[in-house]
Amino acid sequence: MIEQHLSLLLVVIPLIAAPVTAMLPGRRLPWLFTLSVTWVCLLLASWQLSVVMNGSVISYELGGWAPPWGIEYRIDAMNALVAFIVAAIAAVTLPYALRSVEKEIPEYQTSLFYAAILLCLVGLLGIVQTGDVFNLFVFLEISSLSSYVLIAMGKQRRALTAAYQYLIMGTIGATFLLIGIGLIYAETGTLNMLDLNQRLQPIMEHRTVHTGFAFIVVGIALKLALFPLHLWLPNAYTYSPSVISVFLAATATKVAVYIMLRMVFTVFSSSLVVLTSYMFLVLGIVGVILPSISAIFQTDAKRLLAYSSIAQISYMVLGMGFASVLGLTATLVHVFNHALMKGALFMAIGAIVYRVGSSRLENFQGLGRQMPWTFSAILIAGLSLIGIPGTAGFISKWYLVLAALEQQSWLITGVILLGSLLAVIYVWKIVEIMFFRPVPETVIEVREAPASLLIPTWVLVSANLFFGFNTELTVDVAGTAVRLLGVTAP
Amino acid sequence: MIDIIFGHYNYWIVVVLMMAGFYTVISRGNLIKKIAGINIFQTSVFLLYISIGYVEKGTAPIIAEGYTVYSNPLPHVLILTAIVVGVATTALGLALVVRIKEAYGTIEEDEIHDQDMSL
Amino acid sequence: MKHNLILRLIAKFLFPVIALFAFYVQFHGDYGPGGGFQAGVILSVAFIFYALVYGLKTTEEILPPHVLRLLASSGVLIYAGTGVVSLLMGENFLDYDPLSSEPAAGQHLGILVIELGVGITVSSVMLMIFYAFAGRGQP
Repeated sequence: MIEQHLSLLLVVIPLIAAPVTAMLPGRRLPWLFTLSVTWVCLLLASWQLSVVMNGSVISYELGGWAPPWGIEYRIDAMNALVAFIVAAIAAVTLPYALRSVEKEIPEYQTSLFYAAILLCLVGLLGIVQTGDVFNLFVFLEISSLSSYVLIAMGKQRRALTAAYQYLIMGTIGATFLLIGIGLIYAETGTLNMLDLNQRLQPIMEHRTVHTGFAFIVVGIALKLALFPLHLWLPNAYTYSPSVISVFLAATATKVAVYIMLRMVFTVFSSSLVVLTSYMFLVLGIVGVILPSISAIFQTDAKRLLAYSSIAQISYMVLGMGFASVLGLTATLVHVFNHALMKGALFMAIGAIVYRVGSSRLENFQGLGRQMPWTFSAILIAGLSLIGIPGTAGFISKWYLVLAALEQQSWLITGVILLGSLLAVIYVWKIVEIMFFRPVPETVIEVREAPASLLIPTWVLVSANLFFGFNTELTVDVAGTAVRLLGVTAP
Repeated sequence: MIDIIFGHYNYWIVVVLMMAGFYTVISRGNLIKKIAGINIFQTSVFLLYISIGYVEKGTAPIIAEGYTVYSNPLPHVLILTAIVVGVATTALGLALVVRIKEAYGTIEEDEIHDQDMSL
Repeated sequence: MKHNLILRLIAKFLFPVIALFAFYVQFHGDYGPGGGFQAGVILSVAFIFYALVYGLKTTEEILPPHVLRLLASSGVLIYAGTGVVSLLMGENFLDYDPLSSEPAAGQHLGILVIELGVGITVSSVMLMIFYAFAGRGQP
């Protein structure tokens, strides 16, 4: 019975758990409950992934209404892969949350904080599971609204302005998406993704469809923090509580990449892909270089990583720009691997914030010797970010370079390598300050971070190493997913 | 020409409201005015959906004797959901503005920016 | 507001009328225009009106914030719980058919219960928002 309702339970369990969490008292109880829910979700997500890994498709009709009239949850390898990433990151973040949240969130807000995390999880999983574009919009807003709240929980007052800025830009993005959905609904009279695909084919040249497409792409690009629409991202990641930085950096933008892939390749496909291709390539090239350069000049570790995130997102966008099998595989693999490395990096920085109380680089001096485990986590995840062979980051860069070479695009190959070079500089900046600077004499002794923070960090770090050798899960599943997307270009 | 202007008047209303709202969001530095702009912007989209659902000479989609043509209820339902989302966004935005006012003592964007930079 | 006799009287008169209208909209939702969203907002308007005239403190004594939080959560649980019940009956999530002996009656019952959950959540959330804004800056 569970297998039949698998894809639905993945969304409904956290949905039911969220209001329950909001009613639980104290600090430990809401945490323990949320933790168990996320682990159940991870279990269901891996089960779902194992079912669709071979290329089969799960279809679930909500309320017993057959598609295309009712809402359909339609799971293929791509949905399952992204759902697995989201659930896995949530399951790894929650053990980390206990100590970190105790320090950063007042007790009377704790249960609501965990409820908001669960709602955010509901939204992200719902986006991934659903096969209905309006349902997708609703889940997008659920995840966005809860992430605005979570970001505003940051300790500094700038968290408030960051959340406000994100709220304004995020709402504009979501409303653009809504306009686009409305326009294509007016043309076709359906909201089901597959049905839309078929009904849009004969009328692809209509101006309404083009307008709707433009609104949808720009709307998602805002959520995706695609350069130059990334302005909300650095502040949002910098000032939010450590746990939220980890969770959002590793999931939110990845899910937005998924929406973009779904919309462009499943809903519209065919002739309109060409229109976005050039845009994605140009924005990807600029977006790899400029944010990487900005990252080098940052004085705050979290902000540095946020800019690096924008650059990494641009890699995924480059892969979409190729619109080829290899390019999209690279995008999906990078979605997976980037979640691992950014998750690990933000966790390690969060562990330092836990001990030092600040994420400014000037306070990091000499910490490498006092917090060796945290430091080596940053080092390895940083190497993965650069793309050193043996780490997960190398795999995605490798496929991206292959995709670029396949199209004989030397410029883009050069840009990818330059991006890695710039990554060397900003990762070195953190390493140099932490390891080679002497400890300032005014600073009191700093101890290594507690185990409850270190273990989740190291789980992600080892995942970085594991997926650097074992590409079965990432590359094969991504390949199946791309095949199901129906990309025809080589 | 006349047909373009009057035949599609619902779209003109939507376009004007949309641009007015969007311009307000972009140009105003006052945080509450920005939220008002967002609201106008969203409302224009609601109108777009509802006018799409209208069927000529159609009545409200409730079965009654003597009526055979009904408006399409689906856009109404969709927009009901979007309105609720809009209310939640507005409430959250205003709550953030209240807390920003408490933390900074102002709700003007440039003054907040100055305070952040002077640190 | 202590001395505004007319206002206080009208508020007392209007409160049950608004609340009754809210319930009408709520339980008429399966036949005509109406439903949980609208009814929830109308019901919360009754309380907000009361709070405007009699003060926030009096209203909070009638409906304390922690009760509202429980109500808001339980509304969502009613909604999701209905779906789970249909799951346990062997149908898909939110399929109301098995809720009663006949599918049509099941659909009626299902939508009423769902809208009840929506109504409870919407009215308590609207009131919570009002409390949060009105109570800000007060001891």
